[in-house]
Amino acid sequence: MISLKNIHKSYAMGFNVLHVIKGIDLEIKEGELVSIMGSSGSGKSTLLNILGILDNYDKGEYRLDGRLMAGLTETKAALLRNDYIGFVFQSFNLISFKNAMENVALPLYYKRIGRKKRNRIAMEYLERVGLADWAEHMPNELSGGQKQRVAIARALIAKPKIILADEPTGALDSSTSLEVMKILKDINNEGITVIIVTHEADISIMTKRIIRLKDGIIEKDFKPEMQNELAEVSA
Amino acid sequence: MFDLDKWQEIIATIKKNKLRTVLTGFSVAWGIFMLIILLGSGKGLENGFENQFSGSAKNSLWIWSGRTSVAHEGMNPGRQIRFNNDDYQNLKDNIAEREYISGRFNIWWGNQITYDNETHSFGIRNVHPEYEYIENLTIKQGRYINDLDLKNTRKVVVISALISDILFKNNNNDEKVIGNYILVNGIPFKVVGIFDDPSQNENNNRLVYIPITTAQMVFSGGNRLHQLSMTIEADNIDEAREVENKIRSRLASTHKFDIDDRRAVGIYNNFENYMQMQSIFYGIRMFVWIIGIGTIVAGIVGVSNIMIIVVKERTREIGVRKALGATPFSVVSLILFESVVITTFAGYIGLVLGVGLLELISGIEATFFANPSADFGIAVSATILLILAGTIAGFVPARRAAKIKPIEALRDE
Repeated sequence: MISLKNIHKSYAMGFNVLHVIKGIDLEIKEGELVSIMGSSGSGKSTLLNILGILDNYDKGEYRLDGRLMAGLTETKAALLRNDYIGFVFQSFNLISFKNAMENVALPLYYKRIGRKKRNRIAMEYLERVGLADWAEHMPNELSGGQKQRVAIARALIAKPKIILADEPTGALDSSTSLEVMKILKDINNEGITVIIVTHEADISIMTKRIIRLKDGIIEKDFKPEMQNELAEVSA
Repeated sequence: MFDLDKWQEIIATIKKNKLRTVLTGFSVAWGIFMLIILLGSGKGLENGFENQFSGSAKNSLWIWSGRTSVAHEGMNPGRQIRFNNDDYQNLKDNIAEREYISGRFNIWWGNQITYDNETHSFGIRNVHPEYEYIENLTIKQGRYINDLDLKNTRKVVVISALISDILFKNNNNDEKVIGNYILVNGIPFKVVGIFDDPSQNENNNRLVYIPITTAQMVFSGGNRLHQLSMTIEADNIDEAREVENKIRSRLASTHKFDIDDRRAVGIYNNFENYMQMQSIFYGIRMFVWIIGIGTIVAGIVGVSNIMIIVVKERTREIGVRKALGATPFSVVSLILFESVVITTFAGYIGLVLGVGLLELISGIEATFFANPSADFGIAVSATILLILAGTIAGFVPARRAAKIKPIEALRDE
């Protein structure tokens, strides 16, 4: 599904060049549940941006579903994001003047699906995350966990192949975090590739594969051993 | 492109920032309001001046005779120049630019007009049929003098509506004014028409018209003419002056006076004055547009400024939209549309207020000010200007919005 070969990325900071990603090789197969870990400055956000076609890379080769992601126009990139990738953010990033249902329906708007139809589909997805009763509520009337569930529903509605979650539990307390992780796990069980960027070890051990970044390279790529804890959660 | 979602979003942002939107809108509304008022007043001024001309055709030319002031071909100065029917024929046949032409024979004495028991003193003008067009007369009933009147020296008269009202005020519709006889200096003339002169000079409505041949015969004028007048075809002042010179040289050779002797024959060229006035008004119009557009530009800058702030405030939202699949085009159209909506809506209010105010004061009729109005053309230009202004105002912020990188917008601080 995802194939990175010797990816490099640097940013110009005034006169200095900041080399953030220094040659990353990575294969992620369809249906994997992966967490990307690393301290701040390790390059994990940059990697996420490249994976999400939100940013380009300087060197190397990125193939998504077999297609080479290079030299894309902004419009093309936007359409690919719309088709392939669902985003979940740390701070939810719901649009404040739209209610829960309209927020969920937004990706379908960019797919040019009619208002009635997309609102109906949005209701189905809200039901899946258990928030059908909150459809008419504005984001500021929802709790953090509810907001993140709305955001997940929004990420799912366009039927993406990959969910990219950037610190999805960063703004949540531990019990809500577990709730959100359970939903992500359920999504993964349906065959969708889920990639979670986090710096919390207890989140990453709930995934099936951990990629640890340090100073722009992959330091470690391993399977966590404490899968039983996740089993407890999902039970 | 302009679907319900965009409306919903624009309404939502406007609701969130009522004061800001109102202030921005105000500057645009004010700009358009001022433009309309300025243009309307300019038009009013123009109408006022135009009314001063409406007494006679704008391309009319009036010729009268005087005394020579320069010795010419051995003749002493101080010789009276007298026009006659030959001069009329001469100019009629030889001035190619002439449209309508008429001579005028004046009667200086009496001028008693009588019907029944009503006797009043009114002016008497004795003219050719084409005088109707030179003086811009409106025929309200009957007809004007015609060629047969002249040929048969008929005793017919065309009176003004004003005179008709005065003379026939005791007439209880039993008798028609047209076909009735009135006495002009004691001689019966048949009324064949009633006219109205749009001139602001009331004296032009206190007179009657009589065929020139009849008057020359009845009032012993021989072939004497006191004035000549005509309308000319000319596109600019130079052409009008050229015609004037031709007339002058023809008359100078017939009557043997120096062509540069302005006392011998006087010519008033209405067209020349009219054209000068037109160029002044052209200047005023340009001036008004420049000021008006300047005011609008200030409004546009205001809108643009606000939109830049809007884009800055919505950076995160735009970033999310882009992450969810919004194309640059959809982002640009979102911002542009909002800006066009604000300017068009605010501008429309200004337009309505401006036109309303003009409508309110349109009753005002001063000497040089009449019917201030914004015509359809102005409204259309203003509307196009507004939409253009909105687009320009939104363009810079929209481009900025399209350049927002989702990564930077979504970075948690």
